[in-house]
Amino acid sequence: MNNKTTIPIGPYHPLQEEPEFWKLIVDGEKVIDVDVRIGYNHRGIEKISESKSFDQSIFIVERICGICSSSHPIACCEAIEDICGIEVPERARFIRTITQELERIHSHLLWLGLAGHFIGYNTVFMWSWKYREPICDIMETITGNRQNYGMHKVGGVRRDIEREHVSYILTRLDEFLKQLDMLKGAVLDDPVLHARLKGIGVLSREAAIDYAALGPTARASGVDIDVRRDHPYAAYDRVKFKVITQTEGDVFAKAVVRILEMFESAGIVRQCLDMMKEGPVDSKPKDIAPGEGIGVIEAPRGECFHYIKCDGTNSPVRHKIRAPTYMNFPTFRETVIGETVSDATIIMAAIDPCYCCTERMMVVDGSDKELMRAQEMIRLSQEKTKALRARMGMK
Amino acid sequence: MTADIISQKINERFGDRILKSDRRSAKRLYVDVYPKEIVDITRFLFKELGLRFNIASCVDDFDGIEILYHFAYDPSAVIVTVRVIIKDKENPRIDTITTVTRSAWWIEREMHELFGVGFDGNEDMRPLLLPDDWPKGVYPMRKSFVVPRRDSRKS
Repeated sequence: MNNKTTIPIGPYHPLQEEPEFWKLIVDGEKVIDVDVRIGYNHRGIEKISESKSFDQSIFIVERICGICSSSHPIACCEAIEDICGIEVPERARFIRTITQELERIHSHLLWLGLAGHFIGYNTVFMWSWKYREPICDIMETITGNRQNYGMHKVGGVRRDIEREHVSYILTRLDEFLKQLDMLKGAVLDDPVLHARLKGIGVLSREAAIDYAALGPTARASGVDIDVRRDHPYAAYDRVKFKVITQTEGDVFAKAVVRILEMFESAGIVRQCLDMMKEGPVDSKPKDIAPGEGIGVIEAPRGECFHYIKCDGTNSPVRHKIRAPTYMNFPTFRETVIGETVSDATIIMAAIDPCYCCTERMMVVDGSDKELMRAQEMIRLSQEKTKALRARMGMK
Repeated sequence: MTADIISQKINERFGDRILKSDRRSAKRLYVDVYPKEIVDITRFLFKELGLRFNIASCVDDFDGIEILYHFAYDPSAVIVTVRVIIKDKENPRIDTITTVTRSAWWIEREMHELFGVGFDGNEDMRPLLLPDDWPKGVYPMRKSFVVPRRDSRKS
């Protein structure tokens, strides 16, 4: 008798912001194989960019992702600036750094909230999304928008930070740090979370290197890489921060990396506001010479890579975009196989795949169609936490 | 290792198998090789020098299909780009580098469907981004591909 069951998940999936299709092959509770089909949201942005001017390209890449709407434009600007060595004024470098770090904080909080929800910690979900609001407010103060900032351009930034806004930003940041401290304690000191998340979805250091995993996913597996420190761009060579690494490679380690990174990010924003001097924010470059350039930056999920080839006209001949999730994604083959279905949800969420939630997910048994919906998968995951709590004598 | 030292090491190992080596700045090194060398140079960079595979960019250019393999050396902020030009545009083929690193698994699938590049030794050439019913032999990232006009008279 064949005990294998195929669980198709998607193309609409509760963990992902974008549609994709997972196929989990399970034997009883255990996942024995996994495959993924992406492309449901392929918009051909690389092709579109070839028909746009460089100024428009920045706007196009900003719309790749609703969360990394500062990372892609900066990477694209860095690539274009790399072609012919365009100088960026110092103040603009600091402003780029500030938007990057604020973006990292709100992205990590978003992830923490979702992760909390999937394991049945809805308080964590409510808290972290609530505390994310002041960060979006600061973003709005600086750029005029909570998301899709329209802030970056080749040679600088579009808007300066007003002097009277600095104290507001610092006050909100201080308030936020207190809340984050509380959140950190609530998450990292919770014995149930330790029991629930430690040791599952382990990505070994060797696998992380072989798959060229990036960002928090790699750092949680002991691979000490961070574009901000290794390939300094914007003003990262001027600020001091720690690169957070863990060695375990499990879901808990990934959570620890992200939570501790938020403190570093807040510190970087403070240092930038402190060090910034008055000055121009745009070097107003005119022409882009023929050539090719590479821009790498550290997005919240890892290195974001842009390659641009230019023939001297106003639009790129080739614009290659590689988002971090592209490299982190295939590590699933390492982490999900061998785990149980109730853990699959949180392991999938652990790399912070750049996708969000819709709720169509089902379990299909080979012959007669048994359906398992998204809520069902999340319920499984939440029940496991509940049982664990009961076993540990907590309510 | 600075860009100069990496360039020197590549030259020592590969000698005249390197067509051109261009150190554009302290952070960027471009190395041109024949397509048949790609597995050897990838193994050298990835396994021996410990560079990280960033990604590969494929370009449909005048001389043929150009593939740029980007590798990063994180301790000293260098990005090494290995460029190969496949002259045969009709049926471009090159050896897979997934035998060296699994990180190239997806990008080879992507280049296969968007540019029509065949990767010898890579069995998994299922579509990654394009829909399953995408016509065979149509490669949307080729310069010859023009987005077809929609006939609005048909529903």
